[in-house]
Amino acid sequence: MKENIPVLIILLPLCSALLCLLLTGLHKRLGRALVVLATAGSLVLSVIQLRTVITEGTIHYAVGGYEPPFGIELVIDSLNALIIVMISIIGFLTVLFAENFGDDRPVVKGSANAILALLITGLLGMTSTGDMFNLYVFLEITSLSAYCLIAMGGSKGVVSAYRYMLVGTIAATFYLLGIGILYSATGTLNMGDLSAILNKGGYDDVMLVSMSFLIAAFGIKMALFPFHGWQPSAYTHAEPGTRPLITGVMGKIPALAMFRYFYCIYGTDYIYVKYLLILLGVFSVFGMLYGSLMAMGQSDIRKILAYSSVAQIGYISLGFAIGTPVALAGSFLHMIGHAFMKGGLFFCTGAIRFKYGTVNIDDFGRIYKKMPLTCGLLVVAALSMIGIPPTAGFFSKWYLALGAAGRHEWIYIAVLVISSLLNAVYFFKVIEKVFIQQDKGLDDKWSKGELELPLTIILPVVVCFIAILGIGIFNVKLFDILMLTLEGVGL
Amino acid sequence: MMTTINAFLAAKGIYLLTLILLSLGAAGIIVCNNYMKKLICMNVMQVAVIFFFLCFGQKTGGTIPVALSEVVKASEYINPLPHGLMLTAIVVSLGTTGVGLSLLFRITEKYGTIEEDDLIRRENKTKTGEKE
Repeated sequence: MKENIPVLIILLPLCSALLCLLLTGLHKRLGRALVVLATAGSLVLSVIQLRTVITEGTIHYAVGGYEPPFGIELVIDSLNALIIVMISIIGFLTVLFAENFGDDRPVVKGSANAILALLITGLLGMTSTGDMFNLYVFLEITSLSAYCLIAMGGSKGVVSAYRYMLVGTIAATFYLLGIGILYSATGTLNMGDLSAILNKGGYDDVMLVSMSFLIAAFGIKMALFPFHGWQPSAYTHAEPGTRPLITGVMGKIPALAMFRYFYCIYGTDYIYVKYLLILLGVFSVFGMLYGSLMAMGQSDIRKILAYSSVAQIGYISLGFAIGTPVALAGSFLHMIGHAFMKGGLFFCTGAIRFKYGTVNIDDFGRIYKKMPLTCGLLVVAALSMIGIPPTAGFFSKWYLALGAAGRHEWIYIAVLVISSLLNAVYFFKVIEKVFIQQDKGLDDKWSKGELELPLTIILPVVVCFIAILGIGIFNVKLFDILMLTLEGVGL
Repeated sequence: MMTTINAFLAAKGIYLLTLILLSLGAAGIIVCNNYMKKLICMNVMQVAVIFFFLCFGQKTGGTIPVALSEVVKASEYINPLPHGLMLTAIVVSLGTTGVGLSLLFRITEKYGTIEEDDLIRRENKTKTGEKE
């Protein structure tokens, strides 16, 4: 049992996704109950896995008993294990949260839950796999379920899902081409094996060509600056219940895969790595400025958050561009922190929409009196986005700046500060609307019971609130866990 | 001069053709105005990558990778892995096309058109924000 944990974490949501629609046909609530149970199971197992990895070191798991490099291998190091815990938590909360939104017909509800479970499966698989082609398969599972979930968000959602599908398929095709080039040169698909072969030398040009395809592919999937065109409308019009998972986690996992290719497979001895990192740095710098500037001009809160995601992905890739272990740890800390911030902010907007049916920040006047918990999370997440201690956002930016200073990249630090200030401009606009502006007197759509919202919305809100502060306060502990893996890699 | 070009084309020409097919697909997605044509171009692009894999999986003088009693050396078989990978890729592209077609159905239901210009005009006409 214990040695099979890495594969069980992926299999539980997958099986629940396959059975969900059938069980929903038997009884309305049965399918969802199964998905909730399966994601909760993954969550528990992923925490156990994290503990094992910290005490015993990296896990190598050969799927089906076929030994690598011929079989598919799952590799779980401390970095992966932490990200898997993050996916499981947000996935579990999103499954709970999604119950309150969308169509009430059993078939629609059942298939929405099934697709959500598939999305979680894809994300977990992409994180844990150690095989290039397996990564492609999980990437496509993730993308296909994301297209469906975005298309469920109404008529605009369908068009943005279609546009995302075209761009996303280009990305997947480029990824396939990239690994095709690497495979034809080396004859292996296993990442560890590939890294060993490439580092023997003589593959410099092959690596450069395939890397340019891979940067484009992962850039599109994570919505890095020049490739971000699909992202704002897709994030805005996605199905409201599943938005936290799509916005909070989906963009981060391709970033993790990009990190694997840059640092774990290619390694820092590769002769062109300097130029590739400068390219990545330029993308991130422009992304951080562009995303923040565009977010300032929006009045729909979903658009504000979507554009701010373009900027926040810039922070993550900035850490990769700096490349020292400290900066990389900052990057991953930001990845985990931002998942809870952005996920949390979308839990908030979902909650406000659920209660008052509005997403326009001009309608948010004095909403804090009626929804204290939600507004508490809104404020904490906003402060964390700006980077005010002791929230998670401050410490990840701190480590990024520390890493940049270590390599004397002063431009990066300047942009980091400017982008944070721009963040402050548009988040204080939101906070001002919530606390100071006149009450619009919107009518309450949910006033049953004592609580401000149903329990399934309150739980995600509270967990995100605790997580943002917790990551901030215990950042040294997380930093140490990340360093177990990052010590050896990086410049 | 001619002989070197001939030799190059004989050895690598197929990759050149695949590259042209790939670029055609990508250009089509950008240029076409009709969403159905975009979907077709997307398929062309995926097929180009499948061709690429099959081309480098090819070996002169190799036979199909089925264990025959008279062929014993591994070097006499072609590598089955690229074909196996491409089977998966074909399934994925089938799935993507299916999702794309069903999305197109929904778009026609809701907007009555799949021309990009008309869609953008209609999207701007409906009020942003409130309604979803």
